[in-house]
Amino acid sequence: MREVAAQFERPVLLFSGGKDSILLVHLARKAFHPARIPFLLVHVDTGHNFPETIEFRDRLVDSLEARLHVALVQDSIDAGRVKEEPGPNPSRNRLQTVTLLDTLEELDADVALGGGRRDEEKARAKERFFSHRDRFGQWDPKNQRPELWNIFNGRKHMGEHFRAFPLSNWTELDVWHYIAAEGIDVPSLYFSHEREVVERNGVLLARSEHNQLLSGEEWMTMRVRFRTIGDSTCTGAVESRADTLDDIVAEVAASRVTERGGRYDDKQSEAAMEDRKRQGYF
Amino acid sequence: MDLLRFSTAGSVDDGKSTLIGRLLYDTRSIFEDQLEAVEETSRRRGEGYVNLALLTDGLRAEREQNITIDVAYRYFATPKRKFIIADTPGHIQYTRNMVTGASTAELAIILVDARNGVATQSKRHGFIASLLGIPHVLVAVNKMDLVAWDHDVYREIERKYTDFSEKLGVLDLTFIPVSALHGDNVVEKSEHMPWYQGPSLLHHLEHVNVGAHKNLVDFRYPVQYVVRPGQDYRGYAGRVASGAIRPGEKVVVLPSKRHSVVTSVDTFDGELDEAKAGDSVILTLADELDVSRGDMIVRPLNLPIVATEIDATICWTSAEPMKPDTRYWLRQTTREVKAFISRILYRIDVDTLHREEADQFELNDIGRVQIATAQPVFFDRYQLNRETGSFVLIDPTTNNTVAAGMIRGEVRHEEDLLDPHSAEDRALSEVSPDVVWEGWNIPLPKREERNGHPAAIVWLTGLPASGKTTVARGLERRLFRAGCQTMLLDGDQLRHGLTGDLGFTPEDRRENIRRVGETAALFFRQGCVVVCTFVSPFREDRDRVRGLVPKGRFVEIFVDTPLEVCEKRDPKGLYSRARRGEVGHMTGISSPYETPEEPEVHLETSGKEPDALVDEVAEALRELRLIRLGRPTGGGRE
Repeated sequence: MREVAAQFERPVLLFSGGKDSILLVHLARKAFHPARIPFLLVHVDTGHNFPETIEFRDRLVDSLEARLHVALVQDSIDAGRVKEEPGPNPSRNRLQTVTLLDTLEELDADVALGGGRRDEEKARAKERFFSHRDRFGQWDPKNQRPELWNIFNGRKHMGEHFRAFPLSNWTELDVWHYIAAEGIDVPSLYFSHEREVVERNGVLLARSEHNQLLSGEEWMTMRVRFRTIGDSTCTGAVESRADTLDDIVAEVAASRVTERGGRYDDKQSEAAMEDRKRQGYF
Repeated sequence: MDLLRFSTAGSVDDGKSTLIGRLLYDTRSIFEDQLEAVEETSRRRGEGYVNLALLTDGLRAEREQNITIDVAYRYFATPKRKFIIADTPGHIQYTRNMVTGASTAELAIILVDARNGVATQSKRHGFIASLLGIPHVLVAVNKMDLVAWDHDVYREIERKYTDFSEKLGVLDLTFIPVSALHGDNVVEKSEHMPWYQGPSLLHHLEHVNVGAHKNLVDFRYPVQYVVRPGQDYRGYAGRVASGAIRPGEKVVVLPSKRHSVVTSVDTFDGELDEAKAGDSVILTLADELDVSRGDMIVRPLNLPIVATEIDATICWTSAEPMKPDTRYWLRQTTREVKAFISRILYRIDVDTLHREEADQFELNDIGRVQIATAQPVFFDRYQLNRETGSFVLIDPTTNNTVAAGMIRGEVRHEEDLLDPHSAEDRALSEVSPDVVWEGWNIPLPKREERNGHPAAIVWLTGLPASGKTTVARGLERRLFRAGCQTMLLDGDQLRHGLTGDLGFTPEDRRENIRRVGETAALFFRQGCVVVCTFVSPFREDRDRVRGLVPKGRFVEIFVDTPLEVCEKRDPKGLYSRARRGEVGHMTGISSPYETPEEPEVHLETSGKEPDALVDEVAEALRELRLIRLGRPTGGGRE
């Protein structure tokens, strides 16, 4: 994190409201204490977020006296930059890539910190700590800079930027261990609660104004929690009774399914993640 | 819980991905959905079994070609330890990825296909592992199932690879016979190889000593970022690269060489009473100094090497070849300076380990170079300190990382050593019968290794005023400039002290040379190139000194100047006084000079300039394989 602050001029921290970005904010706070976090927080809001996420975000930003920039996917749609997916359950997950790139350009950001981890998905296993993106925000997996020892090369041309992933070497379990050890506050969505959900393709989708039932489906009330928090249209819940951090650690340790297993968007094709990354997704 | 980072390397068909898949599968680190995806793909491709290699072959391009093309990181844990695997491909064009993966690893798994024996690629992996200073090497002899679990096949591979590794100086080498496909000796001990008594691969990974490569002695703190929330706080953020520091300790900041005292070691969770290697902290100092990113805070009595010329082994990591006139950025710790490659010493053929001449490096080339920097760099030898001994070169036009480097030391001008290990550490042969000889506390080869050159006694003998001392002084200066440990012993000087009680009778001359010889031998034992300049007229005396050091380390130089010439020079008026009978036992006049019968160097001085004579001696020392010096080297520098 300090390397990012030292090597770049206008760093931003991508804040999704999920546990990884909360952890990132926490680490940034530790790295620069007693100074304030030298990063602008950026939230790309699909408009399909859970209300708990937004509420949590605002509370955290206030307590840190941090600066926050919210970019709305709706604005990109209204501006005609992107088109809503057709069909009954449009996901805006793909659309947010455009909003993100537009926002970075608008803010003139030269690096964006993200909470990506290499254990999440195969394509991410090859990601660098400092990941170079060309002027169009694209990632070229065949032409990455080698990263040796602890030396990070953040040199770039005008118009190019970087993604930085300080949590690259963390696993999901590491994240929860750390959250528990440091007593970091996370949104209530991560803890077990009652919610109306519907099962679709092996994923439990939550009832919200953006998710509609297909024929033959019906809402069921279950005790669930979320392992990742993103867009409510594609983030699946898991059945769980874990309502303390220790329960979650135990549950994650025993888990037999990846956290992204609950992500409807990854299931669309085996190389789904890689395609999105090439286009500039995080 | 501690953490082991290891790298894996193997040829395309050695079954590396399968081995990793097996490790992940058998340690239950595979999630159901990942396994399902792999099963599905295996079925679609018509493979009769679950292809575990698919778990690790990340990118689509690789999946299509069935090879891994980049470094991929995997994570798993057992109740004993956490693991990070840097999975690197094996074929030749990806040497740079192996270097990348190995740069943070503490253990390397090298795969050998039991059917093929020790292939060139396995040797290359071993070489890179040793180059990057990986302390533990594990050779997994894979596909034992395909050689009918044959002990002899395994033994042969073990023997061949051990032979090869001895050249590399691998610290810890382990062999394990496995079958990744069937899981034998990967996690569980195999039932098929009762002749193998050792642990399974995972057991070894869980128990190998970690953290051994950390340097806990030399405090080095590269300043990463200055934290300054207001006027009354100024802290220097960084990670302790090596060693440790406590509040109250004296420090010096490089390059300004300003001294101060550490006031506090700050963190978000409060002040610490010590910061040690690997800790990210903020240091505050007692004095207001101008310290910025790229500076280094160290202890005044334990300084790194500060130099602008670096001797290093580099691996070229860019598709664009080295450009001789480019000013690259050299990034080392948090410091970045302009640098250019001033000289290429050699390229190493990674398959044969032979050194070859090169005038540029291309992708995946490894070799030794000299680098000149615009500002000083603060470093340690990579062998002693991985953190401060490593660097990368960045092309200023593309901004790509074009080379990875490991520092061997600062450049020693015009000379280099030949193998210091060939020195036989022979204790002095003749000792007093009453003295119990216990040998030297620190053996000579150790000292020679540190000095970087063999020790020797260079003995100049000749008539008074023959020019011995002039040549000796010139020679010593040149050796010193070249980075040698040297000492000059001069007859006139020693007569002020050590031999002040002696006259010039044949007996006293003998005693004089005995003392001088013993003194020279002590300096020799200390690792010096001892330059001695003595008339030493008697053969027997000179030979006695010769016997004090191992064969080949005594270089007798006969400075041959005709008596008439010496007499004409006569700087101290000795000859004229001797002719007048005022000085007795004058060598050449009233006392004999026994000409050396077979001197190593016969230096005929007539009509030659002192510099030319020094050249001649230097050339001779080079031929004797004691040192390489003399000719000016590339770049037009001395």
